[in-house]
Amino acid sequence: MSKRLAYPYLAWIVGFIIIPILFICYYGLTRDGHFTFSNIAAITENVHWIPLVLSVRLSLICVVICLLISIPLGLALRSIRSRFLVFLFMMPMWMNTVLSILAWKLLLGTNGIIGRLFHVRSILNTQLATEIGMVYDLLPFAIIPIYNAFASIDDSIIDAAYDLGADRAQVLTKIMLPGAKAGILSAVVMVFVPALTSFVISDMLGGGKVSLIGNVIEQEFTNSMDWNLGSGLGMVLMVFVLLSTMLLRGGES
Amino acid sequence: MKKAYIGLILAFLYIPILVLIVLSFNNSKYYVSFGGWTLRWYKRVFTDETIRTAILSTALISMASALISTILGTLGAIGLRKLRIKRVALAISDIPLLNPDIVTGVSMMLLFVRFTELNTMTVLLAHITFEIPYVLLNVSPALLAWDDDLYHAALDLGAGSAYAFWRVVFPEIFPGILSGFLMAMTMSIDDFSITYFTRGAGVNTLSTMIYTELKRGVNPAMYALSTLLFLAVFVLLVLNNYREDAARR
Amino acid sequence: MKKQDGFVQKIIVIIIPMICVLGWLLYFGMHRVETEEHGASITVLNYGDYIEREVLSDFEEQTGIHVVYEEYETPETMYAKYKSKSISYDLICTSEYMIEKLISEDEVLPIHPQNIPNLSYIDEKYYSIVDAFDPDRSYTVPYFLGTVGLLYNTKAVDPKDVKSWSALWMEKYKNQIIMENSVRDCLIPAFCLQGRSINATDQPSLDEALALLEEQKRLNYAYLSDDAMYEMIMENANMALIYSGEANAAKLQNENLAYSVPKEGSNLWMDAWFVPKTCTHQKEAEAFLDFLCDPEVAYQNWDYVYYTTPNVGVYEMLDKEDQEDRTMFPSEEVLERCEVFHALPDEDMRRYNDLWKQLKVYYAK
Repeated sequence: MSKRLAYPYLAWIVGFIIIPILFICYYGLTRDGHFTFSNIAAITENVHWIPLVLSVRLSLICVVICLLISIPLGLALRSIRSRFLVFLFMMPMWMNTVLSILAWKLLLGTNGIIGRLFHVRSILNTQLATEIGMVYDLLPFAIIPIYNAFASIDDSIIDAAYDLGADRAQVLTKIMLPGAKAGILSAVVMVFVPALTSFVISDMLGGGKVSLIGNVIEQEFTNSMDWNLGSGLGMVLMVFVLLSTMLLRGGES
Repeated sequence: MKKAYIGLILAFLYIPILVLIVLSFNNSKYYVSFGGWTLRWYKRVFTDETIRTAILSTALISMASALISTILGTLGAIGLRKLRIKRVALAISDIPLLNPDIVTGVSMMLLFVRFTELNTMTVLLAHITFEIPYVLLNVSPALLAWDDDLYHAALDLGAGSAYAFWRVVFPEIFPGILSGFLMAMTMSIDDFSITYFTRGAGVNTLSTMIYTELKRGVNPAMYALSTLLFLAVFVLLVLNNYREDAARR
Repeated sequence: MKKQDGFVQKIIVIIIPMICVLGWLLYFGMHRVETEEHGASITVLNYGDYIEREVLSDFEEQTGIHVVYEEYETPETMYAKYKSKSISYDLICTSEYMIEKLISEDEVLPIHPQNIPNLSYIDEKYYSIVDAFDPDRSYTVPYFLGTVGLLYNTKAVDPKDVKSWSALWMEKYKNQIIMENSVRDCLIPAFCLQGRSINATDQPSLDEALALLEEQKRLNYAYLSDDAMYEMIMENANMALIYSGEANAAKLQNENLAYSVPKEGSNLWMDAWFVPKTCTHQKEAEAFLDFLCDPEVAYQNWDYVYYTTPNVGVYEMLDKEDQEDRTMFPSEEVLERCEVFHALPDEDMRRYNDLWKQLKVYYAK
């Protein structure tokens, strides 16, 4: 069949993907109509650099926690093989993000449910609360690819390994983890990128005290009204994300 | 041990949802104390103009954007097979998938405000754009499995090209199209960042409406709304599972 | 291959009109949602939760003019939204200093008092505030006003402490304090403690204020805007830098709460309506303003918003107890020691924004 079928699609991606990116580059590389790198160099200023470093740190911690939870969980789910259980773990992914963050706000406040039940100090409006929100929001995105990867490993290979005298640790490190490498890598990407760039979770659970790079960019567009600076920082973030994804994808093949 | 671990993670995932469900029946607005059971927050979900409008826009935007992106994406996937620039085109349409949502949203806003006012249409255009890669993701594998020979055989046997497409090609790739459509729709419903930057005056989808309501303070109608959404998702997923099971048999 | 091209043409012939029809249907479907069947429609931009919604529907019913109503969080957000010109607003309500700025930028249209007969209900004494930002009194219609102060929980906070802004720096209130999530409001306590004007822009004042606010951040529970009041009602925090209007509403919901305007002085603010340059329906916008100033409507709206109203008609409808509520109607003495915000030049505003960004990324060791 003809390639002409693809023309509307091609027109669309040029109009709504390439041109917007050219727009953001235009804004990012100019100020008052003159070409400049200052909006991009601004990332090295403390007020932008600290949020970027904090974003990287929180999203890396988020990836590690998600992996630490999902890998044992994936193995456990694999051995139980209950479709219903897997389904239960997928469900929260379809929950509206903003609503589940609201729930955490209710749980974590000074007079929140956890504080009242256990008489502990509130951790709402801290980096820790933001971290919890991120893990909660992104955990299903780690569980699903990892479980799928484990589930697709053939039982007979594992049996063969045991027959050849491998112990459980060896099966885990020599068969299960290498076998699930692609799934684990895709879990890393699916958790890392949204965590790095989100601004809603820190906005709602950080109480205005946790400033991530996403918040800084959002503020430049909605509050300080410096679209050039916002675009410049957005370009930095875009390049950073694309590079790290490529790096991870490279590790995949 | 294994069961305890699974239980623990399930608790982590479901306790917040449970909290919202319980609070949606709480008569006291500020949840400082439990004020008895009530259904009034549910009543408000259906009577409040803001919530109703948001539900309506979400339904319209998600369905229309999913439909259009499915058509564009499916035709694109079919046409691309013969195109030399296939890899480039696929890489470009994957950009919204890889790019931070905030950058996608902002870049489209920069384009839109240059030519028009922000309104429902701009949200729709933005949604179509970021949904296309999900459609391709689902349709392309189905197309890989299907070979031209069958289609040509149908043509040789005297079928018209449209007829051959409907009878031979379409049934083959339909499951892929359907799952692409459903995925596009879910992504549309769940999106916050892109809608946030491309919406116009008074335009709210559920996500942005909830966000504004929360910024404004406590509104238990939101708990009721989340309970209803949760139920809807639950029913849909159960049905979908059932359908898949039936298809497998 | 001919056959196939015919097929492609058929598909394109079918699909392109389909997309067009769908788009068209949607556009009108949406338009019905947005404008229903009325002809005229005004786009109104206001602070979050700052009007009785019933007032809007009553207005629509009475006049047949549809209101597209949008909200924003801070005047800076409003300015960004307005300046992007992506939406043509017909009427905007915002704070006095922002109106002053927009007037100086020639973004405001004069109103026609003859179209707003109910303007006569606005109390003359509050025009002293209007004079600070609209000296000709020709661009604005006052909406609500009030002070900035400390809302505190009497169970946990000593009323003597909150007579001074220094309460915000007291170690014993660590993790119990909410600051307003806006740069100018946060600067009020810092400037007042230094004995400076709340409109100070010189670098030494700003540096010193930033140092004070950084020291204060450690004690903070959160920086919030509209939701601060709810956190206080739920007793998630015990002290908040807040607008008097929100303090009023909070006191109604939780009787342990009280409000104080510290002795060092504070901000006296006014929110007012203006017609921006983007307005396409000025007559309808003015009809809306007249409707808002009608004493009955203003009362209904006041009862919901519960901020200090400049409408004499409303004041006269109140009983003595309400008239003497000092949070609602501040005393002459408080009015005198408070100062009105002025618009700042872009250059100074940029330094304010820088200060704000620095405060936001400051993490105490």
